[in-house]
Amino acid sequence: MDQFTLNLLFVGASFALYIGIAVWARAGSTSEFYAAGRGVHPVTNGMATAADWMSAASFISMAGLIAFTGYDNSSFLMGWTGGYVLLALLLAPYLRKFGKFTVSEFIGDRFYSPTARLVAVICLIVASTTYVIGQMTGVGVAFGRFLEISNTAGLLIGACVVFAYAVFGGMKGVTYTQVAQYVVLIMAYTIPAVFISLQLTGMPIPALGLFSETTATGGEGSVYLLTKLDQIVTDLGFASYTEAHKDNLNMVLFTLSLMIGTAGLPHVIMRFFTVPKVSDARWSAGWALVFIALLYLTAPAVGAMARLNITELMWPNGTNGEAVSVETIESDERYDWMATWQKTGLLDWEDKNGDGKIQYYNDESDAMTAKAAENGWEGNELTNFNRDILVLANPEIANLPGWVIGLVAAGGLAAALSTAAGLLLAISSAVSHDLLKGQLTPNMSEKAELLSARIAMAVAIGVATILGLNPPGFAAQTVALAFGLAAASIFPALMMGIFSKRVNNVGAVSGMLAGLIFTLVYIFLHKGWLFIAGTNSFPDTVDGSLFGIQSTAIGAVGALINFGVAYAVSMSTRDTPQEIKDLVESVRVPAGAGAAVDH
Amino acid sequence: MTDQSIRTKAAEDGTGYWSANIRIITISLIIWALVSFGFGILLRPVLAGIEVGGTDLGFWFAQQGSILVFLGLIFFYAWRMNKLDREYGVEED
Repeated sequence: MDQFTLNLLFVGASFALYIGIAVWARAGSTSEFYAAGRGVHPVTNGMATAADWMSAASFISMAGLIAFTGYDNSSFLMGWTGGYVLLALLLAPYLRKFGKFTVSEFIGDRFYSPTARLVAVICLIVASTTYVIGQMTGVGVAFGRFLEISNTAGLLIGACVVFAYAVFGGMKGVTYTQVAQYVVLIMAYTIPAVFISLQLTGMPIPALGLFSETTATGGEGSVYLLTKLDQIVTDLGFASYTEAHKDNLNMVLFTLSLMIGTAGLPHVIMRFFTVPKVSDARWSAGWALVFIALLYLTAPAVGAMARLNITELMWPNGTNGEAVSVETIESDERYDWMATWQKTGLLDWEDKNGDGKIQYYNDESDAMTAKAAENGWEGNELTNFNRDILVLANPEIANLPGWVIGLVAAGGLAAALSTAAGLLLAISSAVSHDLLKGQLTPNMSEKAELLSARIAMAVAIGVATILGLNPPGFAAQTVALAFGLAAASIFPALMMGIFSKRVNNVGAVSGMLAGLIFTLVYIFLHKGWLFIAGTNSFPDTVDGSLFGIQSTAIGAVGALINFGVAYAVSMSTRDTPQEIKDLVESVRVPAGAGAAVDH
Repeated sequence: MTDQSIRTKAAEDGTGYWSANIRIITISLIIWALVSFGFGILLRPVLAGIEVGGTDLGFWFAQQGSILVFLGLIFFYAWRMNKLDREYGVEED
C-alpha cells in the first residue's frame, strides 16, 4: 500500500470516528449547544480542553519554531502552559460560580453596562478571528501535504471541512468528539517522538532523551545530544541552539503575553463553565494542563531531534565533509520526503553553484563568508524550509514506517480542526447570543439564534480563509498575535471584575478599549493594516520596531495599559453600586453555585 | 448558616476566607514567576554553573522544568482551596 493511500485511510478513519460521535451526541437546545448541560467530569473536561487548546499552532507549528531557533522560542512552551496557572487561580472558579454561558455576559453583568458587554464581544471577535487565521495556515499545510496538492488548494479544501465540521454540533457533540481527537493527536505526536528518541539516544521517553547522550556518534565516546546539536549548527554558521540570543525584555514580555492571553481566550474559558461544581473547575484546569503537558514536554525534544536529523541528512559526511548530492536527494528513499514536500511549495532547494551538491548553511553569517568563498559556495542551497512543515515531515525525515506517517497526518488535522471548531463556536456564540439576543433582538427564537450562530461561523471562516492565504507569519506566530489581543483586552477586565469591587463600568470600558486599540494599532503598524503585507510603517524586528518591542510581545504592555486606565478612570468616577459589590462577594465564595441560568 | 451570613462573616473577618485565598494565590504566583521569568530567563546566567544533560539548569527550566512546576501549583491550589472551603464552611452542597 503506498503512503498516499495509507494517509487517506488514517485520516478517513479518524474523521469517521469524530463525525460518528458528533451525530450521536447532537445538540438539541441552545443550552446544550453552548455548554453541554454542565454534566462533564473534570478529567473528561480537561481532556476536551486540551484538544480544544492544542491547535495547529501547538501541534504543527511550535516544534518547528523551536527547532530552528532553539532556546529563544522557549517562550511558547512557558507561555502556553503558564497561562493555565493564571486561569486556575484567578478566573476559572469564580466564573463558574457566576454561572452564565459566556465571558461577555460576566463582563456585562459585573460592570452593569451593555456597552461593556458590547466592547467585550468586539474584543472576543477580534482575538478569535486572528486566532482562526493562524489555524487556517496550519490547516492549509496539513491538507496540502496529505492530499499532495499546493498549500493554497489545501487551505480552501480545509476551510470547507472545518465549516461542515463546526456546524454539525455544539459543545456537547464537540466535547466527546474532542476527547477522541485528543487521543488521536497525542498518539500522533508522541509515537514518532518515541521512535526518534530511541534512534538517537536509546531513551524511550523523548522528554528525557533531549537531555541524554547520543548513541548515534559511535566510537567518539559519550556526547550529549544538545552538545552535539550546538556543535553542528554553529559549524554551519547558525546561532547556537541552547544559548540566549534575544534580549530579556522581549522574551519576558512575549512569554507574559502568551500567558495572559491563554487566560483571556474565550474558547478556553468557556470550557470551565461546563463543569458541575466550583471545586471541579479548579481540578479541571489541572487536568487540562496534565494532558497539555504530555505534548509540551515532548515538543522541545521533537524540535531538537528534528534539527539534528535534518542537518545530518544535508551533511551525511559531517559538517566538515561533503554536502549531500542532488543525485542522492533524487534517488535515495531516505530523501523522498523532500520531493513530497516540494509539491506543497513549502520546501525547496536549488544547486546555485552547479556543483551537484546542496550546501545548507547560514549565508548571512560573516564567519561563513570566508568558508563559502574557499569552497565555491554561492549561498544557502536549501532555499526554503517552512517552519510549519517540520512536525508533519518529521516521521518521514527520520525514515519511520508508513503507518506512523499516516497517524501524524490524522493528528495534525485533528489538532487544527478541533481548535478551529472551538473558536468558531466562541465567535458564533458571541454574535448570536451576546450581540443579537443580548442587545439587538432580545425576543429572538431559539431556532433563529441557532441559525444566526451558524451564519456567523460561515462569515468568520470566510474572512479567516482569505487572510490565511497570505498569513502574517507562521501558524504559531499568528496565533501569538491573537493571544496578545486577548491579553490586552479580556483578561484584565475579568480579573479586575473579580478582585476589585471598585473598578466600575466607565473604568472597565475605557480599560478594554485602551488595551485593545493600543495593541491592535501596534500590531498593524508592524504587520500591516488588516495583515495586508506592505502596509506596515515599521519593520517587524526588535531593532526596527517602534518601542523596541516586537509585535508578538506587545500584548503584555497592552494589558498593563488596560489595568492602569481602568483603575485611574474608576477612581475618578462614581463608586460601584451596592448590588455589584454583593455580586462580587458572591462570586468569591463557592457556596450556592447552582446550575447555570440563561438570563 | 445562610449564604448571606457566610458572606458577611468572610468579609468582616480580616483573616477570613478571602484573605486566606489571596495569600495562597500570592505565594503561588511568586513561585510561578520565579521558575519561568526567573530561572528560565532572567536568572539563567546565575544558574549557568549547574549542568543538566549537555546544557544548563536555566535551559531545562525554560523548556520543561517550569511546566512541571505549573502542574504542581494548580493541583496544590485546587487541593488547598477545596480544603479551605470546608474550613470556612463555604463549600458547595
